[in-house]
Amino acid sequence: MNEIRYVRAATPAQAVALASAEPTTAYVAGGTELTNLMRDGVHVPGLVVDVNRVAERGIEWQPGRVRIGALARMAEVARDAEMRHRLPVVPAALLASASGQVRNMASIGGNLLQRTRCWYYRDTALPCNARVPGSGCPALDGENRWHAILGGSESCIRVHPSDLAVALTALDATVLTQGPGGARRLPIETLHRLPGDAPHRETVLEHGELVVAVEVPATAMAAHSRYRKVRDRASFEFALVSVAVALELRGRTVRDVRIALGGVAPRPWRAREAEDVLRGERLTDAAVAAAGAAAVRGAVPREHNAFKLDLVSRTLTGVLDELGGGR
Amino acid sequence: MTLRVNGADHRLAVEPRVSLLDALRERLHLTGTKKGCDHGECGACTVLLDGQRAKSCLTLAVMQDEAEITTIEGLADGDRPHPVQDAFIRRDAFQCGFCTPGQIMSAVGMLRERSRPTDAEIREGMSGNLCRCSAYPNIVAAIRDVAHGRGGPGDDTDERDEARR
Repeated sequence: MNEIRYVRAATPAQAVALASAEPTTAYVAGGTELTNLMRDGVHVPGLVVDVNRVAERGIEWQPGRVRIGALARMAEVARDAEMRHRLPVVPAALLASASGQVRNMASIGGNLLQRTRCWYYRDTALPCNARVPGSGCPALDGENRWHAILGGSESCIRVHPSDLAVALTALDATVLTQGPGGARRLPIETLHRLPGDAPHRETVLEHGELVVAVEVPATAMAAHSRYRKVRDRASFEFALVSVAVALELRGRTVRDVRIALGGVAPRPWRAREAEDVLRGERLTDAAVAAAGAAAVRGAVPREHNAFKLDLVSRTLTGVLDELGGGR
Repeated sequence: MTLRVNGADHRLAVEPRVSLLDALRERLHLTGTKKGCDHGECGACTVLLDGQRAKSCLTLAVMQDEAEITTIEGLADGDRPHPVQDAFIRRDAFQCGFCTPGQIMSAVGMLRERSRPTDAEIREGMSGNLCRCSAYPNIVAAIRDVAHGRGGPGDDTDERDEARR
């Protein structure tokens, strides 16, 4: 059996240096993902670098925005009173995720970087282009109920499972990193790569690049936001489909809107066509229905997940109704 | 490394790959914490880390050398059961007992996170703990008792409930 070494980093620079020196390094924060990936043989690092003491852990409110440390725990962010008031979609997404125990352990950074729940990916006995490039994608013609209707390719139709990532996508968040090439600011939409023909590359992060914080603009639109998650169980289950909406109304007219979809794509999916349908328009039945339809335009259903198209449309219209105060 | 469990320090040598769950059970012989799924899905491995509930299969032993770890073995005060343990007995909140240590530890942790939860909030809060014997109604009742200050000596709630039925 291969040896796994463990080191505790004291600073971000030290973490990056350790990782840069060892190509099989994995960072660990909460450990709720890595332990399973290691146990299942999906990702077995040669070196585990514990980053719990190196990066920010707090929630810092600045004028017009909040900075959330990557090492903040999901539970800590979810119960922050100001977060509930100013960015309600964030605690809503966090509380819809995982279980109480996992939320106490899991970090914000780790949550964004968690890997797909695709059962072919997570089972080393089965082919998977993301895990073993070139081995094939059994999901394309297999058990694909949970898989993507948007953003997939003929190499991979995985779905990204993070609820928080969907909420942050609807809030135009920025991910702050520190890596071998220095510090970067990544719009959250650019963090996760679409599989294309290189599905084994899941994010744009370089090896050793550490997520240190997330910045979120705290706008009036963000304060009027919701998250709705649709799934087979009422709790402790990943999304079949989820929707995050931030909506700014002036009277009944949509001044601005952000819509992000979860459970449908390899990364949270900004429904820009749906936003364009609504922006500047009155929030009527017809406009809401049009947004629902626009959100899935161009979607590619598979044998077992065509239901997601209607489910996305209805979930979106439901959330718009809720934010619009009912029709 | 050293693990501080139920107030006592234990020195042990473990490989980094060893989960806290395996260290507790196999190395420290504290077998009250159970391995149900070893994937963080069933909650049978729930312990308290610095007073907060956590799944011990989802962390590595080497990561917890600065934590105050509480297992089911450390919950009672000498011979006096913890109120949650007492409530589980009074409410018959278990059948085979395998999930029970994890349920109790999770309930203790949950009640620190949330005061006076409704039944719906109890169920939601305990959703990380599975019970194949389906003792859920009695588990919820036990937690409700503790959360709302019922079930201690002199509490006649059970008798009143029975009279209503």
